[in-house]
Amino acid sequence: MLLIVCPWCGEREHSEFSCGGEGHIARPDPRTATDEEWADYLFMRQNPKGVHHERWFHVHGCRQWFHMARDTVTHEILAVYGIAEKPPALDGSGEGGR
Amino acid sequence: MKYSIFSLLRQARDHHRNWPQAWRSPEPKPSYDVVIIGGGGHGLATAYYLAKEHGIANVAVLEKGWLGGGNTGRNTTIVRSNYLWDESAHLYEKSLQLFEGLSADLNFNVMFSARGVINLAHNEHDLKELARRGHACRLNGIDYELVTPRQIKKIAPIVNISRNSRYPVLGGAMQRRAGNARHDAVAWGFARRADDRGVDIIQNCEVTGIDVADGRVTGVRTTKGPIKARKIGAAPAGHASVVGQMAGLRMPVESHCLQAMVSEPIKPVLDTVIMSNTVHVYIGQSDKGELVLGAGIDGFNSYSQRGGIDVIEHQLEGLCELYPIVRRLRVMRTWGGIVDICPDASPIVSKTPVEGFYMNCGWGTGGFKATPGSGWVFAHTIAQDRPHKLNEAFDLKRFETGSLIDEHGAAAVAH
Repeated sequence: MLLIVCPWCGEREHSEFSCGGEGHIARPDPRTATDEEWADYLFMRQNPKGVHHERWFHVHGCRQWFHMARDTVTHEILAVYGIAEKPPALDGSGEGGR
Repeated sequence: MKYSIFSLLRQARDHHRNWPQAWRSPEPKPSYDVVIIGGGGHGLATAYYLAKEHGIANVAVLEKGWLGGGNTGRNTTIVRSNYLWDESAHLYEKSLQLFEGLSADLNFNVMFSARGVINLAHNEHDLKELARRGHACRLNGIDYELVTPRQIKKIAPIVNISRNSRYPVLGGAMQRRAGNARHDAVAWGFARRADDRGVDIIQNCEVTGIDVADGRVTGVRTTKGPIKARKIGAAPAGHASVVGQMAGLRMPVESHCLQAMVSEPIKPVLDTVIMSNTVHVYIGQSDKGELVLGAGIDGFNSYSQRGGIDVIEHQLEGLCELYPIVRRLRVMRTWGGIVDICPDASPIVSKTPVEGFYMNCGWGTGGFKATPGSGWVFAHTIAQDRPHKLNEAFDLKRFETGSLIDEHGAAAVAH
């Protein structure tokens, strides 16, 4: 069970949230994108073994979206930041949650 | 050595002291015709069929841990072919047919038991969906028949078909030729027979890099040193993205933890397998008497073979409602495996943009049933450098062309 510090509600269990998958994916211009670029945008994912920047939705809480940097092996939450923010530099202190 | 009643008697006479090793543990040679990454069922089956069907025996299977220690040893052993779309139905049916003759072919008892698989319908939509899938299966020559709650109760008396149940059973559908098999034995059987034919099975050998020159693979780097290879076939399951990246490829999969568990062993109460799509409960009983229970995936990417307790709780809530007899049983073990989920919940068995590099992944939550079929078509793809008719639709290119094989709603459990 992850304990996630929602930027608005504070520390909650992960079952209150829903994960929206990889964050920071830029949508190409559909008028000019090739099939390959569009497939990459729609389907290809980094799926890293390690730090993953992902979107989360507090679906059973404040219903706000936000970003989280989480290690996919240890589940350590390294940072929680706004939905419009760029990923912060990570120092590995894990202050965003547990 | 051929296993038979005579070899058993001979070994019994010698107090079972002289059984030979089932396969060798060789050091890797400097180069191979084909290197297979991943010594699970799919990788071992691929090596076996490369040697048997295509005469390519200069093959190494590289496994970072021990044979079948990943998802092959962590699944709930169900084998079935009742898929909705033609492409999936044909591929999984090929696999089911291979399972039917597998023990004889491998001279190893994989304990395939055609005990039937029932899907339960808990609402009108489920009933219609099962009817649709039943018709689709029938058109593909696959047995899948609708059954009434009363018939289900007769086959499996432990099911609660009360109308007052939280999850009423309105009906179901049964594939009688489906069933289960001993998962470890499938890996061991393929390993032993592949080894017989000259395949080197190398355990504790993790691939750390793939060498590509001029768009073509030349070999792999491993924890046991570099190995040259003309062709590389990857069957890395949950690590598809990691291995793909070594060859410079981005993969359309995400890795999730899928959990399963067994109860303490009890006397036989269930001689079939029952799945409920809607409440995501499935149950079988092993020969040891444990109830084998499958749960769902955690809703976020994970490479940790430990899942959330909430997923298990959710599964057990549905289970206790559907099978009240289990309420006082204890769960003996729970475990997790890392599955690679494709956007369309269908696998990728395909050539890649890198010449000589082939990918077999994306089996998601249901790869065990496909083990022999997957190996059979993957071996063909590697040996002939083109897909077999059975797997040409499962190409990596489908994500560009849009020809997805959407089994999200059609697979027998919800993803």
